[in-house]
Amino acid sequence: MAYSDVREYTHLTDEEVEEIGRELDEIRAEVEASRGQADRDYVLRVIALQRRLAVAGRITLFASMFPPAWLLGTALLSSAKILENMEIGHNTMHGQWDWMNDPEIHSSNWEWDTTQPAEQWKHSHNYIHHQFTNVLGHDNDVGYGILRMSRDQKWTPYNLGQPVYNALLALFFEYGVALHDLDIEAIRKGKKDPKLLKKQLKQIGDKIGKQALKDYVLYPAMTGPAFFHTLSANFTSNIVRNVWAYMIIFCGHFPDGAVHFDEKELEDETRAEWYLRQMLGSANFEGGKLLHLMSGQLGYQIEHHLFPDLPSNRYAEVSVKVKDICKRNGIPYTTGPLHRQYGQVIRTIMKLSLPNRRTKDDATPPPPARKGRLSDEERPGRRSELGRWTNTAASV
Amino acid sequence: MLRNVRRVGKALTTPLHPDDYFSLVNPLWSARELRGRIERVDPVTERAATLVIRPGWGWTFDHQPGQYIGIGVEIGGRFHWRSYSLSSPPLVEGGTVSITVKAMPEGFLSDHLVNGLEPGTIVRLAAPQGDFTVPEPPPAKMLFVVGGSGITPVMSILRTLDRRDHLPDVVLVYSALRESEMMFLYELRVLALRYPTFTFHERFTDTDGMFTADQLDDLVPDWRDRETWACGPGPMLDAFTEHYEEQGLEENIHVERFTLQRADGGDAGGTATFGAGGPTVEVDGAETLLEAGERAGVNMLFGCRMGICHTCDVPLASGRVRDLRSGDEHAEPGEYIQTCVSVAVGDCTLSL
Repeated sequence: MAYSDVREYTHLTDEEVEEIGRELDEIRAEVEASRGQADRDYVLRVIALQRRLAVAGRITLFASMFPPAWLLGTALLSSAKILENMEIGHNTMHGQWDWMNDPEIHSSNWEWDTTQPAEQWKHSHNYIHHQFTNVLGHDNDVGYGILRMSRDQKWTPYNLGQPVYNALLALFFEYGVALHDLDIEAIRKGKKDPKLLKKQLKQIGDKIGKQALKDYVLYPAMTGPAFFHTLSANFTSNIVRNVWAYMIIFCGHFPDGAVHFDEKELEDETRAEWYLRQMLGSANFEGGKLLHLMSGQLGYQIEHHLFPDLPSNRYAEVSVKVKDICKRNGIPYTTGPLHRQYGQVIRTIMKLSLPNRRTKDDATPPPPARKGRLSDEERPGRRSELGRWTNTAASV
Repeated sequence: MLRNVRRVGKALTTPLHPDDYFSLVNPLWSARELRGRIERVDPVTERAATLVIRPGWGWTFDHQPGQYIGIGVEIGGRFHWRSYSLSSPPLVEGGTVSITVKAMPEGFLSDHLVNGLEPGTIVRLAAPQGDFTVPEPPPAKMLFVVGGSGITPVMSILRTLDRRDHLPDVVLVYSALRESEMMFLYELRVLALRYPTFTFHERFTDTDGMFTADQLDDLVPDWRDRETWACGPGPMLDAFTEHYEEQGLEENIHVERFTLQRADGGDAGGTATFGAGGPTVEVDGAETLLEAGERAGVNMLFGCRMGICHTCDVPLASGRVRDLRSGDEHAEPGEYIQTCVSVAVGDCTLSL
């Protein structure tokens, strides 16, 4: 079994691994059987709150020349965008609410308030990131193709700029995400199908156009003399959302303790082993209900990676059981306060801007990396619980 | 003008829709999915009730009498859909439509509609459809053969004719188990008193036995001269259709069925894949892609499950599928197919 290579698991027998898988399957079945009115009420409440925040923010910004109104409006709009992206959009596109059979809240047609087209997101995130979590050469979320996040990724002088790239990625995260499914490396090497590239670029262009028209033309124009004040408020809201989303997402897989994997570990991976990889490769953070709401329950990143399509409002109760499984089996369950987790991420980014010989390793050494991403044809088949994605390539 | 307002509204609310915000104020103010509010639930018999529904934005009151609508009700956080004939005539004053529902012993949804719906409940609706309608102007001589809750579309037709104060030569043969089960009995009897041209045969099958096609000659001697509409249980419709065909009169009969009539799948069957890289299951020529997807554990959207509402449409990625109703085959990548009435012909992949 490939997992015997991973240090944390050397003490587990095959039978123990399969038993863990069985227990996790049971948790999934329990939640699936008990989904009902209370869950629907939850998501409807969050959606209503988010839309009210957005309306309140837009209206407040009609007075954006008045600094307190600018501040309040920006805060309201930032919160609305964060809620939409994190708790509503991301989770709906995973199919967490598909069981309601409601076409208005369904993964097949949800579009979110950011520049990445939903269709491309569902491929790069639901499939690539969730199935191949932290597998170097597969999961492009490892550093977003910009940052060196593992000691086993080769160092080049380019990496010296990491502190700057990191700051830019945080500020303009939505654009980083928008380009996510293009696979820049394949484009650079001329391996990308030009027809597919054209189609994806057009989708991204259309989406950016609509977002920009709304935030940077229409609403500012409606506020008349306050045009530039409203524009700056809307711009700031997008930046606030970008930085927040970036931070939450980086805290999911890059604090110390979250392991990166080699593609060898994908070979003949059983469902139980996939579960184990998700637990090892993800990190939670601790906080109150409000923090978890604003981060789309990604403080329960481990639970989300085990059960990406279960309703997010259930992750808190699931985490109690998952923690217990980890404790009983001696599996690490990485968590900590948000500031500590993010502190570790920043430390890694800074350290890895230098060559390995200049720094000391403080995390689990991951196995050596593969070069370049695989195409969909080269990858193993998809797991059904990740949420859907459309094969853009199939419909070019 | 209105179109420009809509375009600006859409641009201001992208990626949502203005209606997503309006419906926060009033749940009926959205045309994204047709909605309605239950105004009243009027008992019709012990086991049947008429639901009076006030439709929201996007509803046009121009349905043809005899058509049916889809109604989606939320139970336990999940939408369940059924189709029911409208029993109200079109363009009703007060902006409501009504359907009459009979609680079936094994039908948890029909029971919920009759006994569990509170006035004020918001439901989803699917636009009126169906060709069980009477042409304009109506033929001079008509026959309606009705069993049980099959009376509802006929009621809509009769009420519309009555509103114009003109009922042509109409014969209605209406079968129900017993008098207490017969919907609209009083209204029909009054109609028969008011119009000498309207003949109403009440048939209680508990005591009188089933009304069969070979009894037509006795009860309605001139049935061959009448354009006929039949609505009721499947076996009854099969028997009457067959009888008309034997007499070479198949042009004369219109039937309304409330279940999907499945053609033989023939050489259909193969595998169905749900989303590229998604689960793949073996299917035969009888299992619809919707059913196969549900079996594979995919949460597929669905509505009426009989090919009406298009809620279940998804694009075909590759392969060939057959529409069970018409036998038409679709193989164009990107084409939207109705999964609730389509089966795989060979191996197919759906874009999910």
